[in-house]
Amino acid sequence: MATDLLKEVEKRYLKQDLPDVKPGDSVKVKIKIKEGNKERTQAYEGVVIKVRGASVNKTITVRRVFQGVGVERVFLIHSPKVESIQILRKGDVRRSKLYYLRERTGKAARIREKINTEAKGKKQGQTAEV
Amino acid sequence: MTFQGAIGKKRGMTQVFNDEGSAVPVTVIELLPLTVTQVKTKPTDGYIAVQVGYQDAKAKHLSKPEQGHLKKNKLSLLRHLKEFQVQASEVSQFEVGKTITPEFLTSIERVNVTGRTIGKGFQGRIKLHHFRRGPMSHGSKSHRLPGSIGAGTTPGRVFKGLKMAAHMGDNMRTIENLKVVLVDLESNLLLVQGAVPGKPGATLFIRPRKTLNAKKES
Repeated sequence: MATDLLKEVEKRYLKQDLPDVKPGDSVKVKIKIKEGNKERTQAYEGVVIKVRGASVNKTITVRRVFQGVGVERVFLIHSPKVESIQILRKGDVRRSKLYYLRERTGKAARIREKINTEAKGKKQGQTAEV
Repeated sequence: MTFQGAIGKKRGMTQVFNDEGSAVPVTVIELLPLTVTQVKTKPTDGYIAVQVGYQDAKAKHLSKPEQGHLKKNKLSLLRHLKEFQVQASEVSQFEVGKTITPEFLTSIERVNVTGRTIGKGFQGRIKLHHFRRGPMSHGSKSHRLPGSIGAGTTPGRVFKGLKMAAHMGDNMRTIENLKVVLVDLESNLLLVQGAVPGKPGATLFIRPRKTLNAKKES
């Protein structure tokens, strides 16, 4: 009973319209940023390398290489500060945590795309043949 | 001014988002319905207070005097009784048998929450009083021993109040100035920011924070 009440409380704060984000997906996250009194939206694009937690505490880690530097941002996806999450491309990966991408900086973006698109294409081709 | 107290059960902790969109750690408290069981007045009792009862009980769990106290006013059997002080001018508002809703919470920002802390059992001086331990190696055997507890012939005794191993936890503690995050009287729900004493299921007494603290803050 106790946990039910907790779940019910958490439910009030959950977003219902979130897409099903998985590791390997390329996403565009729009975040509300407050500057003084103004509020504006900032977009952040990258690859999801980690999905963690559950319910109100669910976060995704989005990685991108910006000016030669790898940047990873963690988003609390149910937070009102996260305006929207858009999946640009579904990735086909074989693990849930894509930490290996960190060691592949430099060529990371390209390699990542290749791996993902190739794997995806193969799979689609196979299913088509069958 | 309405009744300035509430009784609830701790249901656990989680996090929610506040108006600014930040995630805040909260304790979920389920508020219990309170029934007025006795109104104490100056002429009859020497002081002014309202006694409330909560949690239904079976007859076998209450003593005869307790049952008689409730039956006298044709009340259902209640497991626990608790007194709250009220202003002298407001005593007349309270009637035996009436149910109290903790409406004061809706108009209040911060509360004090009292509860019994988790019992830790008999604990040594290191855990209980944050003493340092002895060396673990180099031939030392005084790993967690208390060490000296005083001088010798003079004074010839151990001073009272010396910090020694003892039972830890299971004390009444009040956490002051907890922010009220959400009040939902329809579903008997109260969310306060931060931790409160006890495990889930623990009984908690909720009061508005004392004005003394309010003065200090401003």
